[in-house]
Amino acid sequence: MAYMSNRSFDSNHTLLEDYSGTKAREVKLESFSIPFNSILFERADQRKESLEAPAFFTDLNLDQVIDAITARKKEYHLNPFFYTPLSDAETIYYRHEVMRDLEQTTLMAHIKAFAEKMILVRRYLALVEKLDSNYHKKGWYLEAALVYCEAILELEHHLNLADIKSRGFLAFRDYLTNYIQSYRFQSLLAESREVKASLSSVKYCVIIQNGRFKVRRYEEETNYSVEVEKIFEKFKQGAAKDYRLQLKQGSGINHIEAQILEFVARLYPEQFAALDKFYEQQSGFVDETILVFDREIQFYIAYLEFIADFKSRGLSFCYPRVSRSKQKLYSYEAFDIALARTLLYSQNPVVCNDFFLEEPERIIVVSGPNQGGKTTFARMFGQLNYLANLGCPVPGKEAQLYLFDQIFTHFEREEDIHNLHGKLQDDLVRIRNIIKQATPDSILILNEIFASTTLEDAVFLSKEIMARIMELDLICVWVTFIDELSSLSEKTISMVSTVIPENPAIRTFKIVRQPADGLAYALSIAKKHRLTYEQIKERIRS
Amino acid sequence: MKVHLMYPDRDFEPNQNLPSNEAALIQDLELNTLFEAMAQGDKYLFDVVRQVVLSSLDSPEIIRYRQEILQDCLKHPDVVRQIYQIPIQSVENKQRHWMGIFTRYPSGILSGARQMLEMFIDLLKVLKQIANENAEQFESRGFRRFFAMIQQELDDDYFAVVTHHLKELKFQRGVLLSAELGKGNEGTNYILCRTNRQNRNWLERIVGRKSPVYTYTLHPRDDRGAQVLGDLKDRGVNLVANAVAQSADHIDSFFNALRLELAFYIGCLNLYEQLAQLEEPIAFPFPAPAEERRLSFTRLYDVALALTMKQKVVGNDVNADNKDLVFITGANQGGKSTFLRSIGLAQMMMQCGMFVPALSFHANIGKRIFTHYKREEDAQMESGKFDEELGRMSDIIDDITPDSIVLFNESFAATNEREGSEIAQQIVRALLEMRIKVFYVTHLYALANGFYERQMENALFLRAERKANGERTFRLIEGKPLQTSFGKDVYTKIFGISQ
Repeated sequence: MAYMSNRSFDSNHTLLEDYSGTKAREVKLESFSIPFNSILFERADQRKESLEAPAFFTDLNLDQVIDAITARKKEYHLNPFFYTPLSDAETIYYRHEVMRDLEQTTLMAHIKAFAEKMILVRRYLALVEKLDSNYHKKGWYLEAALVYCEAILELEHHLNLADIKSRGFLAFRDYLTNYIQSYRFQSLLAESREVKASLSSVKYCVIIQNGRFKVRRYEEETNYSVEVEKIFEKFKQGAAKDYRLQLKQGSGINHIEAQILEFVARLYPEQFAALDKFYEQQSGFVDETILVFDREIQFYIAYLEFIADFKSRGLSFCYPRVSRSKQKLYSYEAFDIALARTLLYSQNPVVCNDFFLEEPERIIVVSGPNQGGKTTFARMFGQLNYLANLGCPVPGKEAQLYLFDQIFTHFEREEDIHNLHGKLQDDLVRIRNIIKQATPDSILILNEIFASTTLEDAVFLSKEIMARIMELDLICVWVTFIDELSSLSEKTISMVSTVIPENPAIRTFKIVRQPADGLAYALSIAKKHRLTYEQIKERIRS
Repeated sequence: MKVHLMYPDRDFEPNQNLPSNEAALIQDLELNTLFEAMAQGDKYLFDVVRQVVLSSLDSPEIIRYRQEILQDCLKHPDVVRQIYQIPIQSVENKQRHWMGIFTRYPSGILSGARQMLEMFIDLLKVLKQIANENAEQFESRGFRRFFAMIQQELDDDYFAVVTHHLKELKFQRGVLLSAELGKGNEGTNYILCRTNRQNRNWLERIVGRKSPVYTYTLHPRDDRGAQVLGDLKDRGVNLVANAVAQSADHIDSFFNALRLELAFYIGCLNLYEQLAQLEEPIAFPFPAPAEERRLSFTRLYDVALALTMKQKVVGNDVNADNKDLVFITGANQGGKSTFLRSIGLAQMMMQCGMFVPALSFHANIGKRIFTHYKREEDAQMESGKFDEELGRMSDIIDDITPDSIVLFNESFAATNEREGSEIAQQIVRALLEMRIKVFYVTHLYALANGFYERQMENALFLRAERKANGERTFRLIEGKPLQTSFGKDVYTKIFGISQ
């Protein structure tokens, strides 16, 4: 696919702001004339797909999240897209634009309808490969062409009506319009419809007796089923069980049906001659660019479908700003998306948390009571930055996140009995390797390291490691039981998990940027059940 | 054809949701004892009466509709039991001859359904016969409509037409299908047809026609081909099999409805016969609308107790018209719980259209009926128990509406008296203001006396009677709450220590 453009990369930003009016769009189309490349990457040279999940996926529970996102879309092989964080803000914003367009429910519905049809096209073409019977084979080929044409025409129609703003969709729409006007598509459309119409007019009779059957033309015989229904009508008792056998779609064709079809073809020779001609002339009709779009657009659909369940539970998602600057990073009302997924169908609420880092702060030290959501917070931090780098909306009301080069995680692992070095040494080796590879642009997430050593050792080692991290000046979240790490320098801030003192069994999962203040709720037991005089009156009234 | 013996204008829905407090009602009011007496060991009857009793009506009109039908049943028990046998016979026939629609193939469905229809037609003839002979003697709106419908819908001509078609549907001459080309040129829209000319056999007609007819004869060992041909035939008879099977289902469900709706009355007949043996009275109650406050009765007894003891039990007379609140206090084992249960049971029985265990009974309908009883000790700590009680109360508040009834039995006593009384007082006060009728058995003196001292017009205070010598009559008399519940009496009786 040839792609040539003189448009400089820097001009993109001004373009973004010009989207408000159609006039601006026309100007843009004329002056730049951007050929459509991909709905995921604006330029062909940005294109990449990793086949392997990043190393930190399991620690951040992103493996569960991505598997859930792509689970119902296996045939598109979407995981590589989700394994490939983007290195530039421009592509991230390119995706935001497409994603925002797709958030219009009508456009989303039309794209999904298109995808459904493309699935059918592929299914029918696969059937054609398998079938032996001549006219069945050609019949399904015709069917595939009909669905394909319909899919293309409907998509273009709806794209023209839609309020599209993204560079990706605008370029694709132009591509589609040109394609539809091509001779190749127009002839496919006209011929397939003509042949189908004439085959649909065929009506015949089959007479089945013991061990043989006959085929002839239909001669206005009357429907006996209707008659029988009338006789027994008076016993109708509301809805009845449906005993009709559900006919299988595209079922394997057998020699009897093939024989019947052959007789029918003899009864109606013209209609079948037209089908023969169509099959010869219209081979290989599916367009390559459209096929690629059909796969890539599923990246957005899969993600939006996934987050829709969360949104319906009142959880927010936002389009984060991303940058390489560490001056200010924050997120409001974010949550651990993997944990939220498991809570989705339970009564338990999803707890949201905030954080912010302002110059010169780099390191969030999370401490406080166990079971209070510290690990969850650390995961959340990693997930947010990762998802932001995919070009996806992230959990939360508003966020500014970091355009990292790499993420490193170190989470407590099960002790490996085959490892003779012992856990402490193991931990230290892993951390040394991380620090070796990390750059000032990396994100580091440490969770309860040195938990298996003495407190004295842990304090010493932690301070040593902390000094190195501060030296690297990278962004870090460190979950630890060692409070003093949080006040080592102006680069560190302290966040703590909280519990209700009266009932420590109730987990708040709230992580706050301050020491625990022991906030208590002295609720009377009746109040808890909403059974005071006023509460009851209020409840019965409503 | 509709049975309509439970409602004047609709079917009884056997699977409708029971009230959320179903389990509590059954446990607290000993409803299983009632159900067992009505069912007499018949599981089907048990399930039906359970469903009917728990699905309280809130319309006096429908209650009277059922009362009329039940009165007809009490007058003609033999005819009613005879009609009840017809759907039972249908069930037995199906079981004995393995009838039914078991297969997933249309020709199998067709032949199964045809057989069932033949059997049903015979039973409908029996029903018609009973209607002809007995319709005149029945007076209730429900039965008069039912018999009239049978006589009108099932005339002799109709029986003849049905019999003719049941024979046609054997397709002894082969099957003629029309079809079209569907997706991928697969045959579709297979429709079973009748030939246009009646006088000639359509097979003969084909031989003499001009347009081409192509014939294919299967190889005798072509089992797969025969199978496919069978499938094709199945597609053709798909719709007709559906029609016949649905008809069979409809008649089957007519019989099921007949069985279902009569089962409730059969249960009532069973109960009536047992109470008659105990020489206990029954009365058809007068239901007043839910907005009114009516409750007056004579010789109201606890039917569950009578059935369990198999003897006559003590009854009570009370007039609580215009009362929203009835407190029952007094001696332990003085009949308080029995009395509360007798009210709950009578209320439930009235609200499903049954007679009640009393000489007379007037009461307003409760939109919903709730019980809140102290539960037996369990492994939980005391604080946990109080928590549990309040949890159940909160569930009631979730569901309750004005003009409902709540029966409290020793509720909120799982904490100290002062706290328990305070919480109970708040709850009762709020309920009364939301127009909810409250019956409260308690030994929380602070609670009962608190309300007594307010001298409310709409409150009634009853006390379990205890004679001077400590003897209990198990009767309830009007009286102010007393400071002690005489627990010592019970202790003395059990341990046999003289005072």
